[in-house]
Amino acid sequence: MSVKTEPFYLNIGPQHPSTHGVLRLRVTLDGEVIVDVEPVIGYLHRGIEKLAEGRTYAQNIPFTDRLDYLAAMTNNVAYCMAVEKLAGIKVPERGEYLRVIFSELMRIASHLMAVGFFLNDIGAMMTPVLYMWREREKILDMFEMACGQRMMYNYMRIGGMSQDVPEEFLPAVKKFIAEMPRYIDEYDQLLAQNEILLARSKGVGILPRETAVSIGASGPVLRASGVKWDLRKMDPYSIYDRFDFEVPTGQTGDCYDRYWVRMQEMRQSVRIVEQALKQLPGKGSVCADVPQFFRAPKGEAYVCIEAPKGNLGFYVVSDGSIAPYRLHIYPPTLINITAMKDMAVGWKIADLIIIFGSIDVVLGEIDR
Amino acid sequence: MKFEHYGLGIAKGMALTFEHLFRKPITVQYPEEKLHTSKRIRGNELVWFPDKCTGCGTCTKACPQGNILLVTHRSEPNRFIVDKFECDTGRCIFCGLCVESCPYNALAMGLKYECAKYRRGDFILNKEKLTASENHRPSAYFRPQFDADLPAQSLLLYDREEGGQKLKFLPLSTRKRGPGA
Repeated sequence: MSVKTEPFYLNIGPQHPSTHGVLRLRVTLDGEVIVDVEPVIGYLHRGIEKLAEGRTYAQNIPFTDRLDYLAAMTNNVAYCMAVEKLAGIKVPERGEYLRVIFSELMRIASHLMAVGFFLNDIGAMMTPVLYMWREREKILDMFEMACGQRMMYNYMRIGGMSQDVPEEFLPAVKKFIAEMPRYIDEYDQLLAQNEILLARSKGVGILPRETAVSIGASGPVLRASGVKWDLRKMDPYSIYDRFDFEVPTGQTGDCYDRYWVRMQEMRQSVRIVEQALKQLPGKGSVCADVPQFFRAPKGEAYVCIEAPKGNLGFYVVSDGSIAPYRLHIYPPTLINITAMKDMAVGWKIADLIIIFGSIDVVLGEIDR
Repeated sequence: MKFEHYGLGIAKGMALTFEHLFRKPITVQYPEEKLHTSKRIRGNELVWFPDKCTGCGTCTKACPQGNILLVTHRSEPNRFIVDKFECDTGRCIFCGLCVESCPYNALAMGLKYECAKYRRGDFILNKEKLTASENHRPSAYFRPQFDADLPAQSLLLYDREEGGQKLKFLPLSTRKRGPGA
């Protein structure tokens, strides 16, 4: 008599504590080994693209905060850049520099969150997260000083930023930037040689270079697979061609490389902010003169920037009225999450959570 | 996976954790002590100055939620009397666009952030609740004229010992616990 086996189906989520939001993973298992993974999305769908059609260009900025809510500043920048490209508005020099400073601080904060919760998924329950939140908290304090809130910034405007930074902001950034490399060393001391981290993440969830390129992955997920692709270097938008920084790449494309790439990117962001603070022009306008209910000329524009999680694109179509005719958002994590199956098949169910955590998913962006 | 010196990495991490035993705590006992928020905080309320308001309705047009209700009537030539001015803070997203758009500085964001209510109806702020008073003060968001009256923000970045910008606490209220405290 032969033993008959059949695959076992398992739902992880939408309320699983490790799913980083309301995402469901439909997993097919053979014993404990993963045969198939299918992400089921749509639990956080709010219809932001449709809502945008009924609101003016300025009124859409608070809604972009709610896409990737861990990196709201870069969403603001991307949307405003798309509208500026459409209407041909030029941002003043000081506004551009402040945008770079805020985007890079946001990248540090987002990567701290990503790395912290990746370690949380590995099983280092809450300890590394709290070390990293200590620095994230300082960044959020500075953002609160500039724009009044810690998460939903609504700081960028079409043509620049809503208001100039307060005078105590720049000394605070200088102090933070001076301290930050020491804190990253501290994380390395805590984690880089930790046997548990290495054993759980080295060689786990490998995304080969060719697969990463063919599915269109971007951000740290793509760079960990060894592709040197960073829009700040490849297609310098804003004023990124004025800064000297490197694009860290991994070698194998496993979970450890994705962790490592994020740690190195934080160091590079610190370098960029340092240079931006040096080159920042003194007093001056931060916003071009744009009326509140302005009408963009007929046409369309697409802007793609390097957000913390990958290439974030905004496509705006205008019919000449005060509201966009169509707004489409190209979210990086939606593309990156399609790599789940390539990474996870063949690994055990305990590794699935780690692989998923290493992508750094925010559901507000996937479902929009 | 094989390691040359097993346990070295964990020992290094533990050493770092051990160092933290000897630093001063930065915990704030929240309901009793509170840190100062940013001067530009967008608190969970709006503050309205009736004497400055002309009833032009720019704030209602700027609101992305269509959340501000303004009813006026014309009294003498070129004058509007505001009959109704309401904002439902249960639907408000506190983006501050209404404050930014007001041409007469008649609207400002508030400072309060503990605004949980038992009933949805209590979230609606009418004319009386919106009007600025001693307990209902404006923040400096887009209103730099209020900047000087507000205490400096307490930043985690600066240690308590460091001169100049210390962590500043509000005065300790009498320590009460339990519901209704």
